[in-house]
Amino acid sequence: MPDPDRQDRETRSRMRTSARQAITAAGADTESLALGRRSKSEAWKSVAFLALMLFCVLVALALLVTLIIDAFIDGSSRLNADLLTQFPSGVPENAGLQSAIFGSLWVIGMMIITVVPLAVGAAIYLEEYADRSKWYNRIVELNIQNLAAVPSIVFGILGLGLIVRGPLDLGFVAYAGSLTLALLVLPTVILASREAIRSVPSSLSDGSMALGATKWQTIWHHVLPNAIPGIATGTILAVSRAIGETAPLLLVGATVFVTFNPEGPFSEGYTTLPVQIFNWVSRPQDEFRTLAAAGIIVLLFILLLMNSFAIWIRNRYARQT
Amino acid sequence: MADQLQTGADVKTAPPAIDAPDAAPNGGPTSSSAPVLSTENVHVFYDGIPAVKEVTMDIPRHRVTAFIGPSGCGKSTLLRSFNRMNDLIPSAEVTGKVLYHGQDLYGSGVDPVEVRKHIGMVFQKPNPFPKSIYDNVAFGPKVLGMKVDMDEVVENSLRHAALWDEVKDRLKQSAFGMSGGQQQRLCIARALATNPDVLLMDEPCSALDPIATGRIEDLMVRLREEYTIVIVTHNMQQATRVSDRTAFLTVELDEQDNRTGVVVEYDETEKVFSQPSDSRTEAYVTGRIG
Amino acid sequence: MSTDSPPASSSPAPIQLSRQKARYGERVIVGFLIFCAVVSVLTTVGIVVALVGPTIEFFREVPITDFFSADEWAPFFADASFGVFPIVVGTLNVTFWAILIGLPLGLGAAIFLSEYASPGTRKVLKPTLEVLEGIPTVAYGFFALTFVTPLIRDNWPGFLGDPPGIFSAGAAGIVLGVMIVPTVASISEDAMSAVPRSLREGAYALGSTKRTVALRVVVPAALSGIVASFVLGVSRAIGETIVVLIAAGNTPNLTFNPLESIQTMTAFIATTATGDIGVGTLEFKTVFAVGALLFVITLAMNALSIWLVRRFREEYE
Repeated sequence: MPDPDRQDRETRSRMRTSARQAITAAGADTESLALGRRSKSEAWKSVAFLALMLFCVLVALALLVTLIIDAFIDGSSRLNADLLTQFPSGVPENAGLQSAIFGSLWVIGMMIITVVPLAVGAAIYLEEYADRSKWYNRIVELNIQNLAAVPSIVFGILGLGLIVRGPLDLGFVAYAGSLTLALLVLPTVILASREAIRSVPSSLSDGSMALGATKWQTIWHHVLPNAIPGIATGTILAVSRAIGETAPLLLVGATVFVTFNPEGPFSEGYTTLPVQIFNWVSRPQDEFRTLAAAGIIVLLFILLLMNSFAIWIRNRYARQT
Repeated sequence: MADQLQTGADVKTAPPAIDAPDAAPNGGPTSSSAPVLSTENVHVFYDGIPAVKEVTMDIPRHRVTAFIGPSGCGKSTLLRSFNRMNDLIPSAEVTGKVLYHGQDLYGSGVDPVEVRKHIGMVFQKPNPFPKSIYDNVAFGPKVLGMKVDMDEVVENSLRHAALWDEVKDRLKQSAFGMSGGQQQRLCIARALATNPDVLLMDEPCSALDPIATGRIEDLMVRLREEYTIVIVTHNMQQATRVSDRTAFLTVELDEQDNRTGVVVEYDETEKVFSQPSDSRTEAYVTGRIG
Repeated sequence: MSTDSPPASSSPAPIQLSRQKARYGERVIVGFLIFCAVVSVLTTVGIVVALVGPTIEFFREVPITDFFSADEWAPFFADASFGVFPIVVGTLNVTFWAILIGLPLGLGAAIFLSEYASPGTRKVLKPTLEVLEGIPTVAYGFFALTFVTPLIRDNWPGFLGDPPGIFSAGAAGIVLGVMIVPTVASISEDAMSAVPRSLREGAYALGSTKRTVALRVVVPAALSGIVASFVLGVSRAIGETIVVLIAAGNTPNLTFNPLESIQTMTAFIATTATGDIGVGTLEFKTVFAVGALLFVITLAMNALSIWLVRRFREEYE
């Protein structure tokens, strides 16, 4: 319960400043104050400006549509069951995605298991326990913010240097990919979880604490259950980003010619959907390009499913509370 | 907790039948014993700026004590210092002593969680948990690890809160399906379930209609039999209807324009409203200010 | 009526207010939570540690002056040359075209969303832009190679000389530009939406049009947020790997010409570090040296963007 009066005072002084700025800004634009002939050209300018801004949005949307249609046109001839059941092959007609699909399942599945507890734990710490006036907590926050913008290939280097080789020395196994991707999406999931935790009304935790529940009991019984839909939505969106991630996996051993499904997270040799597609794109023969386009459609379809699922969760729980 | 009770002069062996509507005649039980809560020069600061200062007062046992005053005078802040809810606001700081049966709540070794087991709280807006009615009431005893017959505790608590008859057939339904007044009584029942000694009520009727307000006021008068109640209200009629003692707080401005609450007058409710000793109290209770 | 054992109160004498149970479980849990928060810091530390060792070793074998002055990048030839500029310029080349396309489009989209779009339109457009952000980079790369490049080559006006090759910095840059539109648009739009209404209303009250309010009131007021979105978009373009790997060729080439094939820092890392690269070889160390340079560049840009957003928040929150 921060002092309402101080807030009030701040709001008032902020409003004064804003009004001053607005008047200066608008005053600089004296022509807009004149009525008459000028306003006709002004109207034209306004329409042209609006059209330009609308154009910016439409370009982005048009590209999205073109990209999808282009992939469909190029890939539809290979969009069949063989694509999903065959293994990679040097002969385009015999090539398929089976090992890549299983590889992706292993990598992403293990990644989820790894990242969710870590991210939710960190989010609970930062939202419920951390004293923001302490320098080390500010470092953690700054670090997460910064980590969110580190290029994915740098995470690949981290994976190569410390996970595949170096201290962890896992070798080129699926879990090396899982761990690398987990660290990559960790900041995103932390941010989403924090937001979800923050949106749980404080009246709930106040009510719980007032009954003599401890901090953790309050979090466990009230904060977390109410934050789960938000956490789930954020996690699914982060996971769908990880599914399409290619660059870091190239460095941690996802190889393109794996003609078997990984037996488990720690068995040597795996590939993933985007890595396999990347390989096909890189080949000069048209047949492989067709395969790549078909693979992209499969990938986009999976992402569509995941996004729909996330939206469904968000809507379902948004209505309940 | 029950096994810690020691036989003493004040321990009731057989609680009165509180369901009888006229069980609590005006005046309440006589109790000349030591105060339940007493504060010594309490200040509460937000970000180093005092929100309430120099509060020294005794809260008598088994009485309803009301805090009244204009908004922003720090009455809620003061109330929240009685069960260490202010600890949950990082920028808040309490100095001075709040003695609870002689023990300083802010003394070293005192655990705020333990404090809140003894001193319950009801909030301004009804804040039931998004769970069933039953689970709302059972939550406190459950997390406190009280070894009790839960069905019995739930029923008794709901009876104490005069809610049992209305909800006994839908205990497993969500608390969100209740009316605002029922929700607030559920919050009272929830607080009673952990067997507290003191009940702090922070403007418990401000979100309710007059009928619901009336029921809560009746309830307070009855609960006084067994509990010590401190209520914050900005409704002066409510203070006269339910309270035995009233503290009037007002705002003082310092030279930096910081608003700080002070207790102007603290006395029997009747005296505060009929013969206030301070002109500021008189101005407020006669409606000239606020 | 059953009031046999009501939750009655009244316990006068010694009340235990000190902690009654040690709550070890709770302490273990808090310990775990702190550990989780520390993992994110360890990730950064891990990145630095992973980069620093091999990078130092790299500079023991290759003089740092060579790295920053030689103008040829041919680390694995018999007559090796370690001038990093060609791949840095390759990155800048692609990024330049991405900026040219992405920043204006992103800003325009943000202005439309924040100032013109009705709430209903915004509700549809924002998630659609998010979808654009979620398209895998390999799909963008494929699109650049099989759609954008042929489109440019087929419609190339003769008076401009020879058309670009199958791999060109420009095609990759254009697609990267569109790729960063959602990033720029969503952060800019957040900044613009945060501009207080009173500011807009003050200008409208003086008879300003929507356009002048957008350009002379909202954009200046949200400027640090907009610049932060630019910085973040640019840093995303610099760090992107797969699109350039697919569409820009993979040949180190010291040029700003958008028509030529180039190699970026990220593309070098991705091509060199695939497969069984031997630990301790010069190849291995070179990857880390280039990675360190890339990390430092993006770190500086992130710091700039975080600082700008902070400054903006102080102004309006």
